[in-house]
Amino acid sequence: MAALLGTGTRAEETEQEKQDVQEKEAVTLERAEEAKLKAKYPNLGQKPGGSDFLMKRLQKGQKYFDSGDYNMAKAKMKNKQLPSAGPDKNLVTGDHIPTPQDLPQRKSSLVTSKLAG
Amino acid sequence: FLGAGGGNDIQWCFSQVKGAVDDDVAEADIISTVEFNHSGELLATGDKGGRVVIFQQEQENKSQSHSRGEYNVYSTFQSHEPEFDYLKSLEIEEKINKIRWLPQKNAAQFLLSTNDKTIKLWKISERDKRPEGYNLKEEDGRYRDPTTVTTLRVPVFRPMDLMVEASPRRIFANAHTYHINSISINSDYETYLSADDLRINLWHLEITDRSFNIVDIKPANMEELTEVITAAEFHPNSCNTFVYSSSKGTIRLCDMRASALCDRHSKLFEEPEDPSNRSFFSEIISSISDVKFSHSGRYMMTRDYLSVKIWDLNMENRPVETYQVHEYLRSKLCSLYENDCIFDKFECCWNGSDRQLLTFFLPPLCSIVMTGSYNNFFRMFDRNTKRDITLEASRENNKPRTVLKPRKVCASGKRKKDEISVDSLDFNKKILHTAWHPKENIIAVATTNNLYIFQDKMN
Repeated sequence: MAALLGTGTRAEETEQEKQDVQEKEAVTLERAEEAKLKAKYPNLGQKPGGSDFLMKRLQKGQKYFDSGDYNMAKAKMKNKQLPSAGPDKNLVTGDHIPTPQDLPQRKSSLVTSKLAG
Repeated sequence: FLGAGGGNDIQWCFSQVKGAVDDDVAEADIISTVEFNHSGELLATGDKGGRVVIFQQEQENKSQSHSRGEYNVYSTFQSHEPEFDYLKSLEIEEKINKIRWLPQKNAAQFLLSTNDKTIKLWKISERDKRPEGYNLKEEDGRYRDPTTVTTLRVPVFRPMDLMVEASPRRIFANAHTYHINSISINSDYETYLSADDLRINLWHLEITDRSFNIVDIKPANMEELTEVITAAEFHPNSCNTFVYSSSKGTIRLCDMRASALCDRHSKLFEEPEDPSNRSFFSEIISSISDVKFSHSGRYMMTRDYLSVKIWDLNMENRPVETYQVHEYLRSKLCSLYENDCIFDKFECCWNGSDRQLLTFFLPPLCSIVMTGSYNNFFRMFDRNTKRDITLEASRENNKPRTVLKPRKVCASGKRKKDEISVDSLDFNKKILHTAWHPKENIIAVATTNNLYIFQDKMN
């Protein structure tokens, strides 16, 4: 039977071998990149991919202040001077007490698209 | 049509480019979706600023037999505006995530456009005549004193300059807690689905105050969340069938006849992977960013970070074809993770349907898939000839009817003349959205803020 299958089988095998080699190469490249990343960020989450990204993705758009944080910060700063607008105006939460001037101007795009120009 | 496809590769030529020339791109101008309508006469784009621009192909000019009609602005309107959800401290972007056209039923055109939270049905209609000769109103609209009217006349319709009006006919809101990534109109032309990260809802186009939840993958405990829905689409012919893809690289096919809540898939498409081959990046790059059925409905195509895969709906355990889009990026995953490019969501598309009556039951003569890459490159894979090509959307190739020069990226080693090395690629120039005319070889390719239209060279 093997003799009858002849060159066909051999060609198939080299194709499969080629694929395997490519896969192994790919894995080596990925592992090398992973090592680079872990060298830069040793505290990177143990779980690859996974929940961290997903949670971040689900929380996209979260902004401005949390009234709980606001009140906690206010209570903490009872005896301190109110801080003026910090350098990071976008993260108006936590210890920083937001004022209307701090919130970035939300420009609505009521200007015609340049594609239509 | 017998000569089409097969031995003759398409020769792509630059046709038009829309948008500003300047390099300083305003956020609002970033194109976020591109879609031809069912006839290909209209081409819609959505942007980050919530605006929709529709282009119309001009009628073919007998004297211009060497090129197909150009696309010119037909209508533009503000589809969505930024909102703020005070209850959740959530800023809701006005960015248009998807546009889907309804098939034309009457003189007007309808499309669905969606941002993260709200889907809107827009009616685009033409007005080319107006009534004149009112008895009680002047031409400028002021009311006449009725006592001055001595004779009566019958108002008549007179032609006027074409006016194209867009009006929101339905607003489908408050049905998504998470961010909408897909909308898909059913082949029954009455219902459509909208998918967010964890849920898929079914709507009736006429009913805005109710939608049915058909898929819910939210775990009881959010700590157990392992995957999200990344795209969803209805089957082109079977109105009971739809698919959705996940961040783990799987696709689930669901049949709405099986149960009201399609949490249990009818088919699960997943390519097996040797667990010993996994790296930190494996799951991230396997996340599917787009899924599209072929026109026949027999196949579906998925796009993950590095490749395009073709699946036969009859075979769940592996794709039938895999095409590498930019394999050379595998050795750059570390920096692509650091600059967030690894999370870029590329779309993909099939060439237009070339189904003619006689060839309906045969495989299409010409089957090509297209997807974008970085450096304003885009790629096409011919499924029949197995040849692929890399082209560039750039203002430098601006001459109409000049065939685009294929590009090549040098992965490693000595760079040949005309090749570009991986390290020279501009990762800020991404082509995420492309569209193929449903009938002709005309493609629309969106760079960050420009829309390119290419056509095949007509002889």
